[in-house]
Amino acid sequence: MAKISRSPWILHYDGSSCNGCDIETLACLTPVYDAERFGVINTGDPRHADILLITGGINTQNKPIVEQLYSQMPKPKVVVAIGICACNGGVFKDCYNIIGGVDKVLPVDIYVPGCAARPEAIIDGIVKAVALFQEKHDKYEAEKKEGLQ
Amino acid sequence: MENIFAGLVLFPFLIALALVFVKTNTGRRITVYSGCGIIMAAVALFAGNTIFTGTTRTAFPSTHAIDMVMLCAEFAIMILVVVLSTKHKKHYCSLLSIAQTLLIAYIELTKPLHEPVAHVVSDRLSAVMCLIVGIIGCLICIYAVGYMRRYHEHHKEYADRRTFFFPMLFVFIGAMFGLVLSSNLIWIYFFWEITSVSSFLLIGYTKTKEAIKNSFRALWMNLLGGLAFAIGIGICVFKLDVYTLGDLVASTGDMAVLAVCLLGIAGLTKSAQLPFSRWLLGAMVAPTPTSALLHSATMVKAGVYLLIRLSPAMTGNYAGMIVSLIGGITFFVASMLAITHSDGKKILAYSTVSNLGLITACAGVGIEEGAWAGILLMIFHAVSKSMLFQGVGAIENTTGSRDIEDMHGLICKLPKLAVIMMIGIIGMFIAPFGMLVSKWAALKAYIDADNVILVCLLCFGSSTTLFYWAKWLGKVLTHVAGVKPMTDLTTNGQWVSMWIHAALGILLCALFPVISLLAIEPMLHEMFGSVNAHILTVEDMIIMVLMLFIIMVIPFISKILVKRFPYKPSLEYMSGINMGDNRKFDDAMHEDKKVFLAGWYMEDMFGERKLWIPSVAVSTAVIVIILIMAVGGAI
Amino acid sequence: MITQIICALLYVIIAPFLGGLLAGIDRKITARMQGRIGPSIFQPFYDVAKLLNKQIMKINNMQYPFALCFLIFVVITGALFFGGADILLVFFTLTTAALFFILEAATTNSPFSVMGSEREIIQMLAYEPMMLLVAVGFYMANGTFSVAEIINAEYSSILRMPGLFIGFLYILTIKLRKSPFDLSTSHHAHQEVVKGITTELSGRMFAFVEIAHWYENVFLLGVIGLFIINASWWSIPLALVVIALCYFMEILIDNCSARVKWNLMFRSAWLVTLIFGVANIIILQYVLK
Repeated sequence: MAKISRSPWILHYDGSSCNGCDIETLACLTPVYDAERFGVINTGDPRHADILLITGGINTQNKPIVEQLYSQMPKPKVVVAIGICACNGGVFKDCYNIIGGVDKVLPVDIYVPGCAARPEAIIDGIVKAVALFQEKHDKYEAEKKEGLQ
Repeated sequence: MENIFAGLVLFPFLIALALVFVKTNTGRRITVYSGCGIIMAAVALFAGNTIFTGTTRTAFPSTHAIDMVMLCAEFAIMILVVVLSTKHKKHYCSLLSIAQTLLIAYIELTKPLHEPVAHVVSDRLSAVMCLIVGIIGCLICIYAVGYMRRYHEHHKEYADRRTFFFPMLFVFIGAMFGLVLSSNLIWIYFFWEITSVSSFLLIGYTKTKEAIKNSFRALWMNLLGGLAFAIGIGICVFKLDVYTLGDLVASTGDMAVLAVCLLGIAGLTKSAQLPFSRWLLGAMVAPTPTSALLHSATMVKAGVYLLIRLSPAMTGNYAGMIVSLIGGITFFVASMLAITHSDGKKILAYSTVSNLGLITACAGVGIEEGAWAGILLMIFHAVSKSMLFQGVGAIENTTGSRDIEDMHGLICKLPKLAVIMMIGIIGMFIAPFGMLVSKWAALKAYIDADNVILVCLLCFGSSTTLFYWAKWLGKVLTHVAGVKPMTDLTTNGQWVSMWIHAALGILLCALFPVISLLAIEPMLHEMFGSVNAHILTVEDMIIMVLMLFIIMVIPFISKILVKRFPYKPSLEYMSGINMGDNRKFDDAMHEDKKVFLAGWYMEDMFGERKLWIPSVAVSTAVIVIILIMAVGGAI
Repeated sequence: MITQIICALLYVIIAPFLGGLLAGIDRKITARMQGRIGPSIFQPFYDVAKLLNKQIMKINNMQYPFALCFLIFVVITGALFFGGADILLVFFTLTTAALFFILEAATTNSPFSVMGSEREIIQMLAYEPMMLLVAVGFYMANGTFSVAEIINAEYSSILRMPGLFIGFLYILTIKLRKSPFDLSTSHHAHQEVVKGITTELSGRMFAFVEIAHWYENVFLLGVIGLFIINASWWSIPLALVVIALCYFMEILIDNCSARVKWNLMFRSAWLVTLIFGVANIIILQYVLK
């Protein structure tokens, strides 16, 4: 089975966040942290992406968009919720338009808490996501062999 | 030989006569189909025979009667032109017609031909031309039967003049046979005039204001060419004492160059080169079979045929300069203009003009490689272009539009027609298909003829050519989700014609080395005396044919791939706001907005408004200046 | 003939490794230029290995065959070139390959893809004249179109065609999809408009296109080598040095320039073609003959 964890490509989606976590997430991808040395690429295209990073909660307007982006990613794929808002709605939880955390609409694999999530936590979350990505891939390959996929 | 000549020329006229009296759809269909069948069979036999046996020259013992009949017919044509021109107040057409007819009459009556010369020469070039005219022309006639029926169902506003239309198509074909088989200049001129006038009548078929305007434009431009032709004959007869095309090509001296220049200009008008391109573009108002016939098999091919015949006489003199320069300029300019149009037939028209420019330039360089490329281009162009016109016509009949923007997703709407269009388009510009092979040879010819200007024009022009074809092909093949196939209104006759074209197009690409070896190289040997062993090396040809096979395998590969990876409808990426049907997205006001994808036309860069006047000015200047130099040289 | 076939086969086998490595080196150098450590130079292989294993999401049934054909025809192009065939034929085949790439995106009816494919046609419009002129220049300088014979010439072709060399480097930026001419798709800045022509490619299809780009890059650098190589042995290491320099320069340009608009790319490419290409051809024709 191929070692695919060396090339996790990321799609970043900003839900209804305050932008704090977005700035932290993008900061992780800047030259200072140089995520590319692990093969991480911040791609803008779900077709190329393996890991979906979502910051901010889900509201009624962005729900279909998040679902659609997820559906456009080829298998195997991992979802990471970054920041407390993405985990369960955070301070916006009781707002009239907020549905809640990302797990209300997508199967979230990794939760990265924090307000805003610290870069170290985000990187830790991505590292965990990458490991899970490899695991899911192996499972996917096995299923493909059995003809389930 | 006399009988074959008479048969080939007169039989289409007989069919034409019959079609005047056939008024029913069935009767017309039977007449056209059987007539076309006979012509195609006869042409195939004749051409096959000629290609294997070689050239035969036939001198008619006495042609006085025939000459007189032709003269009378010429006067009849002149009267027809004068009457129609006067009716529509286009007096300059009458003047041009009267001038040339009187000139020809003067030549014939004062210096009649005494010693027998080869009136009819059937060599491999005329055999190839006969094949193009006979096969492609007849297929277009077959296509026309179904097309015109649908046409008049769609366009109730035009009078149904099919009893006029079909005879004209056959007159055209008959005249073309006469033109390519004759060697006597006056005979060629006679058939030349018939094609001019019958194209004029065909373009004006619908009798709308625009049609009449365009038909008269075609008329005066072609009559101008005819006048140049007549003056050229005058010089030949009075100054050079030459009566046949073959003798003219063989004769030397400044006077001969001037005559070749004039005949070359006649060829340029007929093959719609700049500055005479407008008539062919205007010819688009006519029903599609007319355009297909004018563009692929007959009219414009008459022009380039004459130029290729004259090619050996154009090596490095003023005539060659005019023809090659005009050809090169036309190729480049027309391909740029084609980018800016979205009307399918307009693009085809510009592409015809452009490709003819390439052929013209090939003839103008006056070396055997050029002629080789020119002849191959002529063959491939005839097949592909005729197929494309028929495809566009059939699409227009079904969808009501010939705009390439409306062909977006044609592969879903009308899959079979889309395949026809695809074969036609890739045949026009992509390796390893015919046109590209010929373009490749043309490039080599231009370099070997030391013609840097042509080389550069070809390099730039082939990139612009690529642009409009690739754009169109992309449009046709776009897979648009949720589009239901339309009911195809194309008749069986049309399908037969189009599929034969498609098969011919592919077969020709696979067999072109054989064609080159059997027909074209011996012919060049006769025309130029010597010939390079092979214009393209054998290895290159093998590689091309192999590539063709790889391309032919693609449909099967895709079949397997489709089976192995079945298509599950999935959403296209629209930044997450695809409305679920791949056709609409969610706009800023939270409303559905339809996705509309348009091609690039770059009006501001390549538009007619910007390029037309300068290019006409330059090309006119080239013709006038070099012609003056040629006249000066001759006097 | 046998050596030619062996060369072509060697290209088919080695080029993807070389091309992938080149892409890796490119990414490494780019990272260093930006003050980063950058990925391993084998990163492109990891990426492609992953893509080969991912799910294929087809937008329609034509997409996959076209992507495959793009790869096949790029391989044919390079094999013909390294097999010493006619250089015009090589360039024409490359055009065919590019057309398949365009069609792959055009068939999707997806806005970003189609826009990418149209930009790709514009790019072809911009570089095609120069490419053909380079072939013509090789013929005028050496009297043959055959690559096998050009490399056995007495003098390097570049001596007679410096203008064409400069012009070729100019369009090489377009062909290598480097800034400032990475309009249809880019290897960096993975954003939607920029991923353009590859937007709808997923999994294996995308991997094929990546591999095709590796093949293509090796072929294009081979054309640079053709300018240098002559009958003497030392021309081959010299060619390698020149190739390395050119590639480094392309990376440098890529990193220190911003993407331009299409009309600037198109106009400048044609202008360069006119000034350097056509002028060089004219000099070849009338001065050096």
